[in-house]
Amino acid sequence: MNEFIFFINNVLISGLILGSIYALGAIGVTLIFGILRFAHFAHGDMMTMGAFIAFLLALGASALGIHGPLPNGFLVLPLAMVITAGVALGIDRAFYAPLRARGAKPVTLLIASIGVTLMIQGLIRLFFGVGTRSFFESEPKHLIRIPVPLDGVTRTINFTEPQVLMLIVTVIAVLVLHLFLTRSRLGKAMRAMADNPDLAQLSGINTALVVRVTWIIAGALASMAGTMLALDVTLKPDLAFNIVLPIFAAAIVGGLGQSYGAIAGGFLVGFAETMAVFNWAVLLRPFKSVLPDWIPNDLSIVPTEYKLTVAFVILVIVLLVRPTGIFKGAST
Amino acid sequence: MLIEMQKVVAGYGGAPILHGVDIAIEERDIGVIVGPNGAGKSTTLKAIFGLLKVTEGIINFEGRPITNTLPDRLVPMGLGFVPQEKNVFTSMTVNENLEMGAFIRQDDISATLDYVYEMFPPLREKRRQNAGELSGGQRQMVAMGRALMSKPRLLLLDEPSAGLSPRYVGEIFEQIVKVNASGVGVLMVEQNAKQALGLASKGFVLANGQNLFTGSGRQLLDDPEVAKSFLGGQG
Repeated sequence: MNEFIFFINNVLISGLILGSIYALGAIGVTLIFGILRFAHFAHGDMMTMGAFIAFLLALGASALGIHGPLPNGFLVLPLAMVITAGVALGIDRAFYAPLRARGAKPVTLLIASIGVTLMIQGLIRLFFGVGTRSFFESEPKHLIRIPVPLDGVTRTINFTEPQVLMLIVTVIAVLVLHLFLTRSRLGKAMRAMADNPDLAQLSGINTALVVRVTWIIAGALASMAGTMLALDVTLKPDLAFNIVLPIFAAAIVGGLGQSYGAIAGGFLVGFAETMAVFNWAVLLRPFKSVLPDWIPNDLSIVPTEYKLTVAFVILVIVLLVRPTGIFKGAST
Repeated sequence: MLIEMQKVVAGYGGAPILHGVDIAIEERDIGVIVGPNGAGKSTTLKAIFGLLKVTEGIINFEGRPITNTLPDRLVPMGLGFVPQEKNVFTSMTVNENLEMGAFIRQDDISATLDYVYEMFPPLREKRRQNAGELSGGQRQMVAMGRALMSKPRLLLLDEPSAGLSPRYVGEIFEQIVKVNASGVGVLMVEQNAKQALGLASKGFVLANGQNLFTGSGRQLLDDPEVAKSFLGGQG
């Protein structure tokens, strides 16, 4: 039983957390692709930037002596999301909009977004240095241990307070996004423009407004995902740059342009990664006496250092079997 | 005049496709543009709707110049356009398609929704279904309904009968007459020349980007020259 709880802690809980972060990032990537038809490579750094903005705000809140019922990182999250959304709008205005106005091809915008990546990372290193910071320098990170009331069980189910809040916040974000896309006029206009941009224009839909709303949502969700990642681990300048490729894999696996696909893809990739690095031999330990000797002690599918490859294996398989993604998405 | 084009020269940036096209129809008219492939029929509609560059000539809508005005300004002015292909949002429901047609409106759209569902009864029962799942004829109804939701005074239709079975062609034409009777001027391009000219109050025969014949639908149908050059081979 202890072994099974080890599995819950290392696969189920970790997978949920990783999946939430991937899903929130992938929604932004997929929305931008659906509306603007380019792969926004700088999305990971937008997440990192959002996390640093939240970090600054949290530091400010601590300096003012504010300590609410939630960790400060969560208290300042709404404000950080608003600021990051504003910066995302500014980045679009300064770098992508002029290219679009000139009729640039998607690949030109992709290259421009790599430039934005380098710029954001440079700015973060310039202002914060290259070191690692933590949201929990001035307050404790609460660990929650749930004992399992069964005989012989010594291990507890462990998770942290930020992880619980993170899941709640993700569920709220996804529900709000769903209501926005299916109930509001602007949300429907976003789906219309992703579905058929020419017809959206012919219908008199204000496409410039839809583009702005897309950046606001993508920026806000990026800030949310980045902050949650930083709350779960630590904050560093290449925090989310390291996971931008799995996030793209999640968006593609889900079907580019499909928000629900991005959510499914995010959790799929998240769980696949945690399951691939899990040492399955642990689950066999209780039966060691009856099992043959040749079964090795390490049955993980890939070593932890190679976790990133899992996303790509899934990506390759999906592209071979179902090139448009799980939910039928756009192809370029 | 509801819409008036004078000596319009237009193209996609390279050599012009229209070399001086004249079109004029009134509020109560159904105008039909016919002609051989490559005559510039669809290009004429696109020139009106600001989808390509007009280099010479003028286009007036209700007396106001609209030459090279973009769709997001034309729709609020009272023009609607139904393209030939990709004319519905396939991943959205019928009702959502119609709502998108009314995007520019701030007022209550329920009366117009009712009007469209009266006009196209099959759509009412399919209102919650994705437009991509409908038959060709029903999609055409969604496309026209979407364009009507902005309460246009002029509806531009690019080959509304293309790809439809003969049964649906008659039905769609009937509906176009009904739309026109409800006070919407219609200007359409058609391959089914005989059938379309039969219901046209104004007909325009284009060839090589120029007007060849202009007259009432009946006049064109009865004109032996027109019949010989364009209508001869077609049923």
